[in-house]
This record gives sequence, structure tokens and C-alpha cells, in this order.
Amino acid sequence: MTLEPVPAPPPDVDGPPGGSTAAGSVAAGLAVERVAEPAAPEGFDLEAALAAAAASDLSAPAEPLPLPASARRDGPALNGLIDRMVEVYPPKVARKRRRQLRVNDPESPPEIAANTRTVPGIITQRGCCYAGCKGVVLGPIPDIVHIVHGPIGCSYYSWMTRRNQVRPGPGVANYLPYCFSTDMTEDEIIFGGEKKLAEAIREAHELLHPRAIAVFSTCPVGLIGDDVHAVARKMRKELGINVFGFSCEGYKGVSQSAGHHIANNGLFQHVVGTEEPDLPAVTTPFRINVLGEYNIGGDAFEIERVLTRCGIEVVATFSGNTNYTEIATSHTANLNVVMCHRSINYLAEMMETSYGIPWIKVNFLGAGSMAKSLRKIARYFGDADLTARVEVVIADELSQISAEKDEIRARCEGKTAMLYVGGSRAHHYQELFRDLGMPTISAGYEFAHRDDYEGREVLGDIRIDADSRNIEEIEVHPDPLNYRRRRSGAELAELAEGGLRTKDYDGMMREMPAESLIVDDISHRELEVLIEELRPDVVCSGIKDRYVIEKMGVPSKQLHNYDYGGPYAGFRGAITFYREIDRLVNAEVWRFVKPPWDGEPLASALDTTA
Amino acid sequence: MRKVAIYGKGGIGKSTTTQNTVAGLSEMGKRVMVVGCDPKADSTRLLLGGLAQRSVLDTLRSEGEDIELADVRSPGFSNTLCVESGGPEPGVGCAGRGIITSINLLEQLGAYDASESLDYVFYDVLGDVVCGGFAMPIREGKAKEVYIVASGEMMAMYAANNICKGVRKFADAGGVRLGGIICNSRNVDNEHGLIDHFARKLGTQMIYFVPRDNDVQRAEIKRKTVIDWAPDCPQADHYRNLAKAIDGNDMFVIPQPMHTDELEGLLLEHGVLG
Ligand SMILES: Nc1ncnc2c1ncn2[C@@H]1O[C@H](COP(=O)(O)OP(=O)(O)OP(=O)(O)O)[C@@H](O)[C@H]1O
Ligand SMILES: [Mg+2]
Repeated sequence: MTLEPVPAPPPDVDGPPGGSTAAGSVAAGLAVERVAEPAAPEGFDLEAALAAAAASDLSAPAEPLPLPASARRDGPALNGLIDRMVEVYPPKVARKRRRQLRVNDPESPPEIAANTRTVPGIITQRGCCYAGCKGVVLGPIPDIVHIVHGPIGCSYYSWMTRRNQVRPGPGVANYLPYCFSTDMTEDEIIFGGEKKLAEAIREAHELLHPRAIAVFSTCPVGLIGDDVHAVARKMRKELGINVFGFSCEGYKGVSQSAGHHIANNGLFQHVVGTEEPDLPAVTTPFRINVLGEYNIGGDAFEIERVLTRCGIEVVATFSGNTNYTEIATSHTANLNVVMCHRSINYLAEMMETSYGIPWIKVNFLGAGSMAKSLRKIARYFGDADLTARVEVVIADELSQISAEKDEIRARCEGKTAMLYVGGSRAHHYQELFRDLGMPTISAGYEFAHRDDYEGREVLGDIRIDADSRNIEEIEVHPDPLNYRRRRSGAELAELAEGGLRTKDYDGMMREMPAESLIVDDISHRELEVLIEELRPDVVCSGIKDRYVIEKMGVPSKQLHNYDYGGPYAGFRGAITFYREIDRLVNAEVWRFVKPPWDGEPLASALDTTA
Repeated sequence: MRKVAIYGKGGIGKSTTTQNTVAGLSEMGKRVMVVGCDPKADSTRLLLGGLAQRSVLDTLRSEGEDIELADVRSPGFSNTLCVESGGPEPGVGCAGRGIITSINLLEQLGAYDASESLDYVFYDVLGDVVCGGFAMPIREGKAKEVYIVASGEMMAMYAANNICKGVRKFADAGGVRLGGIICNSRNVDNEHGLIDHFARKLGTQMIYFVPRDNDVQRAEIKRKTVIDWAPDCPQADHYRNLAKAIDGNDMFVIPQPMHTDELEGLLLEHGVLG
């Protein structure tokens, strides 16, 4: 039997998990846009735009919006609020949680505890190491067969339900609609699962003839000591294709963050730089990789659309809407732009060391932020034509959305948002709210580290604890064949001087209001107290807590997989987001929500104090 | 039915002692089943006259769910019943999980049912209690009494002391109790007094002192228990005595494990170190 790559559903329909769209029609659509010269709107003054862009400090943190009166609390009231958030905990837990709870100072970010263990019993939103490696970083790559070595549930429940979309180009297979598992049972637990794994790899190869096969270890694999790397090596020899494994057992580390790191290491060691691109295909020096963009709800489609208009070529995206060859040849890009700092900064660093590719932090969420990110890329390449083209595209794109944005902004300005999601997301989406004049009064990440809050300058101070130590640190050296320094140290210093710092991220705190509350790995209890006390107009978080928020009469925007929505990135994505936020925060319906627990309690927790 | 688990340091003589004792019990007319809980599957070799039989886990693998008791249980010397759990080759998989699976399967198959009219089941467990799986026989009330095989060698006593910690841990939940220490002599100076004192310190008894005797090896090479191979030799009587001691035992305790210094002090006191 031969399995064909699944035929894609019609373009505007979400497919089965993985949501692919018709390759042919979309590719044709892209081709049309690629040749269309961007035209500036009427009355656009290019000279003025160029002068303004050249004068701007692109690395300076954006000025935080002030806290509105409704969310402002004086010192004692703030302390009282924090006390209330932790008062239900035993003293030791309360002490620990307090260290993960900070009153913000954008001028001098306070030290926050992050990337530490979640206390058992606290309802957390975190995932596991395996989820981070397979579910986040590797899973979206369509033409790798991703085999989960483990019990069937681990595969099924991580089957790309995160809506990472893909438009596989011509000739690129898409296996995302399939779910591969070794279906480990008691027999393999007792006698070892290496044989069954080898068999599964062989079977996948015979059925699909993929470019590459990746193997992901679930918890029991680590417990019984199956050597997935040895099996991968053996099968690589036998099948003559790239087979590589990940020791991403769910119990490693304190959250999915460990899995991101392991995924970065594996991609770097086994895929990046393993192929050379077709030379005739390389036509522009403005070739970049987009790192940490997973194409949830089609974000990467919109980002690519805009970049293409600007004349910037995306070699590979890590890892939304990309493919194996793109990642294998990504070492030929001239710049890495980093979206999700938390999940992918390791790869950016390793690629700089080994291939000489600098990286800059960007944020494609929010029209203002999107424009700034495009300017960063133009500034880096320092090409007059590119810079002008970018200004024209920005002006054109903004002109298409600004009237509607202003109208929405008039209805939303001064309303407040809270964001507790991701390891970079809680920062990124604040820019969309900024565009609407909505300050973020409290935010926090699920699995970020201190640098994502306080900025990379604290990297040297972060204590490596036992939980981080069981994640492999790989030693990286300049690649003997492919190291090519894209910019000299002096050039980078000059760029920094002029307002574009490479290899840098200032973190969330510097762009958040003074006295706003930062909460790492928030628990449901703490979230409830915050909502009760500060009554935000919208809370952005994940699937696990959205209904709790809604039952409290506050709209929730789910930013793990956008439910059915998106894209929200780029300019067109931004206007979609504004519209949805407008609908949410100006809807009357929330006033009428009466949560089921408001009258008689439905259940009560065990009283442990008695 | 009395359910007995035999623990002790690796190589101390658990399997040899268990089978010889079981031979003694069955000579007394008792119906006994031996369950080997060791992937080596060598716990019933002397009773069966060889390693031939298929283990529970191997059978489970090849036959799937459709298994009968007779597929995994073989008759041995003098009406004994022999079962080997089996398990993975060294360095692969999880032997502990295998033991759990195997014992659960035996229960499902009715190996312990009243209709089997067993007087005794003996679990012969490998080495130390290294993980949850090897504690299986003393968890959830599977085995009610434990005997620890030890000698006067320090590390054997050290292991015995550790096993007592495991027994203590499961004493409440599973109701398991320590029935005594079987001293399997290594000809250490003052061994009898030492182990006797050691046992009392743990709150238990030295239930029997089995001398070291080359007849054990001679029988072993013939794939037999001593009782089977040379019923009249003195060592055969020692095993009969041990069987009687266990049959008549009524001292079942929750042991008091010792601190390491205390243990070392004991060795000094009995002059083992010089
Ligand atoms: N009383 C004894 N006199 C002489 N030799 C003995 C005596 N008891 C045991 N032996 C020998 O010691 C060796 C090891 O014994 P045995 O295999 O029973 O140990 P074990 O505790 O079951 O080991 P393991 O922990 O590997 O299961 C055997 O070869 C056996 O002949
Ligand atoms: Mg043995």
C-alpha cells in the first residue's frame, strides 16, 4: 500500500489538524502579488518618511502607556492585592509565589523568579517538555514524518491541534494530517521498545518516502532507557534518509521550555546547514529566516505577504509554513529575525556562532510594531532601494487599515487588557492593544525565563539549577565550510550606535506601565483575584482558563491557537484583531453573565486547615 | 494459604534456599507454588530439573491475552508448582514493570484461587528492592511474610537492613510482616552470634542457620535440590529443619531498621573486623 500526501481542503477552510490549504491556488495567488510593485498612497512624502525612519532609535523600548485610574493602586493597596493573591497558600508556597509576582518598574525592571518548578496543587497552564519539542517547534514542519515513541495518547493529544497552518509548495509533501505513533504498550515497556521503533520508522519510510523522519521520546522511553538516538543512527544508515531523535521526555525541566531548547539543539545538529540551495534560486541579498513564528491561524502567511512586497525573501520559517529543504538551507540567509525569543533564541545564537548570521528581535504583531520590525530589517541591510520600498509598503499597508483602526480605537481607548500566555506572546500582543490605546495592566508568561521579562542583560546572572542541567548544552564552533561573517564587529557596533542592536532583547517589563503587575506562571486562583480586583476589559490567555474568565463576565481572547480566528500578525492580521477586540470589549452581553457559582456553591474543596 | 517473599542481597543464596526449603515443605505434604520474580528466570531450575519452561512474560508476548494457567505453570519436584515471571534481557526495558504485569496475570488466571488449594506461595525476588516493580510481592498484600537471606558479610547485612526499610514502608498499606532472617553461612567468624544479634536488633529472629556445604553445588550441577539429589545427607536435613521452622513460625513483626553506624558497631562487637 502507498499513502499519498493528503489532498488539501479548499483554501478558506481549516483542514484536519494541521489545517493545510490548497497548494496550487495559493501559490498562484502569491505569484501575482510578488510581481505587483507596491504603490504609495496619494500624498505620501517618501523623503520625509525616510528621514523619520533614519532618525528613529529602533531598539529603544516603546514608551509604556500609563495605567488608567481604574487600574492604579497606591502602595498599600497593591501590597494588599498581592497578599490576597497568595493568602490561601501555605507559607512556603506563598513565599515562592511572591518571588514570581512583581510590581513593575519599566526604568529598572525588578528581578522576578521564572522558569522554576510549579508547586503541585496549583492549577497551572503549563505544558511539558515533549509538548514544547514536538508540539511547538518541530511539529509544524510538514514534510518530516514526526513519529512519537510512546503510548498512543501522547501522540493523539499532541497532533497539531494548535492550528499550525501550512501551504506546502509544489512538490512538498504534507504529513501533518497524519498522526504517527509507535503505540507503545506494556510489552515494549517491559522488553524495551527499540525494535518497535525501528519497525515504525521502516514502515513510515515504505509508505511515504519522506525526506526525513524525526522521533520524539515520551516519558516511559526515558524511564526504560530506550536509546532513540542509536535507533535513529541505525535507520539513517539503513534507509539513506535523515532520521534523528529527540530526548524530550515530558518529565524533563519545569515546563515546555525545556523541550524548545532540546528541539533547537536537534534542528541545529541534524537539519540546519545540511543542504545547499539551488544557486539560480538565490536572487536577492535580502534573504532572512523568520525564527519563532509557528503560523498559528495563518500568521506566517500574512508576514510573508508583507515581506514579499518589500522584496525580502524568507529562506525558512522556524517552523510555521516551512519545509525540510528550507530549514536545511537556512544557513544561507543573511539575517535571522526572532519572533518568539523564548522558544528559539538558542538557534539564533548557534547560527550566529557557526554561520556568522546576526539576529535581531522583531515583533510582527501590531501595525506599529510590524512597521518598526520592517524598518529594522531595512536598517540592517542598509540598502537605499530596500529602505525606500519598505517605507512605501508601510505607508500603503497602513493607509488601507488606518481609517478603520482609528474608528475602532475611539471605542476602545482607555480600556484595559491582561495577558498571561506563552513565553513571548504575553509581550507581543501588547502591541496590538497599544495600537488601540489600551494599556496592559497586568501580564505574565507561562514558561518564560528571566530574560524574557527583564531583558537579555540579566543572562549572566541567571542561576542554572538542577532542572535546567538535565538539558544538553551543545558546544558550537564556526562551521569550517559555511561560516561567513555577514557583518563585522565594527559594522554591528555602528548599527547599534545608530539605533539597531543585534543579539538583543529588552524583555516585557520595559514596555509595560509602571506599577502594573507581572505574574509568572499564574495560577487560576491568582487570576481570579486579579480579575475581581482590577476588572480588566479583556484577558488574553490559553485554552485551559478561558471559560473561567468568561464565567466571571470578562471576555477572553484565546492566544494559544486563536480558536477559529486569525491571522493576527502583520497589517491585515492587526485589523482583524482590532475588530475582534472591539466586538469583545464593547459587547453588552458580558454584563449578563451569571456564573454558576454565584448563588449556592456547587461544590466545596476539602478544608485542609481543620 | 501463606504467602511468603524471599529477599536478600544478590547472590546470597535466595533461589537455592527457597527451592530446597520448598522441597522440604512439599515432603511434609504441603502444596507449594514458587513464583520466580527475576528476569534471569532461574528461581525454579532445581525443582524443574532445568530452565526449560516458558516464562509468564514470554507467553504473554507470544500468545497475547489468550493464556491459561497451564501455559505458564509447570509441575516440579514432589508436587510443587513452578512459575517464572521472566523479563527483558539485561539493560533493556523495565524488569520491575514485568514483575507487576506477571503477578497481576497470575491473579487473573486464578493461580491463587481456593480451588488450587495451595498451602504456600513463595516469591523469589532478585537482589535488592531496586524499584517499585521488585517491591510488588510485598505491596497490596500480595505476600504477607518476608524472610531475608543474609550472611555475616557486612554488605549482606547492609542489604538486609535496607530491605527492612522496604518492608516497613509497606507494612501499613499491604500488611506485610518480617518472619525472620535466614542465615546462609559464608563461614564468617562468629557468624551465628552476629546474625542472631543482628536479627534481634531488627526486632525479629534468626529463624535458621544454614551451613555452607559443597553438597549444595553437587546437587545444583545435577539440576536438583539437595533433598532430591541426596535425601540422606546432613544438608538435606538442614533444609527440612528450615522448612519446619517456617511452617511453625508465629513471630511476625514490623522490623526496626538500624542506622549504618549501629550496624558497623555490631560487626566490631562480634570481632569480625579482627
Ligand atoms: N548453603 C550453601 N552452601 C554452598 N553453596 C551455596 C549455599 N547457598 C547457596 N550456594 C551457592 O551460591 C550460589 C548463588 O546462589 P543463588 O543463585 O541461590 O543466589 P540468589 O540469591 O538467588 O542470587 P540472585 O540474587 O542472583 O538471584 C549458587 O551457585 C549456590 O550453589
Ligand atoms: Mg536468585
